[in-house]
Amino acid sequence: MSPLQRLFPNIDDWGELGRACLDTLLMLGGSLALTVLIGLPLGVLLYLTGKGQLRPMPKLYAITSLLVNILRSVPFIILMIVLMPLTYALVGTKLGIRGAIPPLVIGAAPFFARLVETALREVQQGVIEASQAMGASLWQIVRHVLLPEARAGIAAGVTVTAIALVGYTAMGGAIGSGGLGDLAYRYGYLSYKSDYMLVTVVLLVVLVQVLQMIGDRIVARFGRH
Amino acid sequence: MAHPSAGHFPAVIRFVDVHKSYRVDGRDIPALQPFSLDIVDGEVFGIIGLSGAGKSTLIRLINLLERPSGGRIFVGGTEMTALAEPALRAQRRRIGMIFQHFNLLASQTVADNVAFPLRLAGERDAGALRARVDELLARVGLGAHADKYPSQLSGGQKQRVGIARALANRPSILLCDEATSALDPQTTASVLELLAEINRELKLTIVLITHEMDVVRRVCDRVAVLDAGAIVERGAVADVFLHPQHPTTKRFVNEALPEEAASELAPFARVSGRILRLSFRGDATLSPSLSRVARETGVEFNLLAGRIDRIKELPYGQLTLAMQGERVDAALATLREAGIEIEELHR
Repeated sequence: MSPLQRLFPNIDDWGELGRACLDTLLMLGGSLALTVLIGLPLGVLLYLTGKGQLRPMPKLYAITSLLVNILRSVPFIILMIVLMPLTYALVGTKLGIRGAIPPLVIGAAPFFARLVETALREVQQGVIEASQAMGASLWQIVRHVLLPEARAGIAAGVTVTAIALVGYTAMGGAIGSGGLGDLAYRYGYLSYKSDYMLVTVVLLVVLVQVLQMIGDRIVARFGRH
Repeated sequence: MAHPSAGHFPAVIRFVDVHKSYRVDGRDIPALQPFSLDIVDGEVFGIIGLSGAGKSTLIRLINLLERPSGGRIFVGGTEMTALAEPALRAQRRRIGMIFQHFNLLASQTVADNVAFPLRLAGERDAGALRARVDELLARVGLGAHADKYPSQLSGGQKQRVGIARALANRPSILLCDEATSALDPQTTASVLELLAEINRELKLTIVLITHEMDVVRRVCDRVAVLDAGAIVERGAVADVFLHPQHPTTKRFVNEALPEEAASELAPFARVSGRILRLSFRGDATLSPSLSRVARETGVEFNLLAGRIDRIKELPYGQLTLAMQGERVDAALATLREAGIEIEELHR
């Protein structure tokens, strides 16, 4: 018996664990990319249409804001179940990595959009006024002033969202999306193989730590000036 | 030196019956009373007022960062108030603006900040951008700081970056929004010197707002005094500075001349003779009229306060003195003939 086997007697297939790790990373990467792609414009929209901002539109803001709040207030595991028909319509399956991505994105994008909105509000009003005085169009202000000036805050938002997504992917495991959460649930919880539970938890903690470290470095780099 | 005044020179900025009020909770709060004003080509025009007087609203009307509630605003013959958004943006590129808090892009280097308005205007050629940026940074004395970030600069340097940025698109007008209010006195002096130089060399019209009379005295040709949303006094700086009429103007002038203010409060009763304030301008400052008149008429004078300085390039002097003797009136008449303005403060 090797020391590894003595320590984790129930884990007979380390390859399965490796694949689960990869699945989690794929789900995370895919959903994070789509979340940023959808959440960033949504955050900009929330910012621009807010009261006293560059294009105040109270009704549009109220509707968007309500939608965002609704999606944010539904617990992810319930959101995932509620969204199943939509998920199926979008990607043709409710299971696996593909089936996990739509609910992950729909759950995380509104959250990220709020973080973007908050980061944009931190941009000095004077800088925006100066660019207006220079004849900048709305698009130029968004593209060349708001986003670059808020990049440290947005990077911090991406980090927080990525970490929230790690949690969501683990939850997704319970209803068949695979990944580390799936292993922890099936072996660790349903089959009482607590060494599985321990290993997946350690792996998730490491993943979160690594994400936080990368995020902090990017924020520090952007925020230095 | 002759001061440009409306009528003799073309107005480059013209306000016609402009007023502005803000709507707060369904009520109109007036910010600027109806006024008309011409600012002529090539002058440095100061607008002085306390905070809340409406001066920052007034300067923002020029590039329409604030829209007037009524009236018309012309810049270089174009009616700004009639322009649609794209045309307005094009006009704004021809009007530079600098700010109290500099408003630089913190995420961009000095060079990129200066290149920013050029890029906004569609310049893509990296070589042309670099050349123009170098030229602008050299003009404001920051050639060695191109690759620094704003946070690495002092306040005065940041404002110089602001000035370089404002000049990038070769504007004909420069708006200065309390540009020196966040700076210490020495830095203020050097930034004002730079503005005066730009006005001279580039023939740029400068409009500045400030709450410091000293800023007006150093660089402005003409001034308007704003009090509670109304222009209460306007004219050539030397006239307004040496003979302020409105109480608000007097307060500003006294702040710039603390020793004068003190002398007005001094116990004149203890000084015998007539208390006079003599104002000299230009050549009169340079001739020894006072001692000559005293010798000729036998009057005696006792100097109470005085100052010799410049209003922009115009040398001026102001002396408060007590004069006594039998021929004081004759002495005063001679002094007036020599071009000295005399006010009697106390008899």
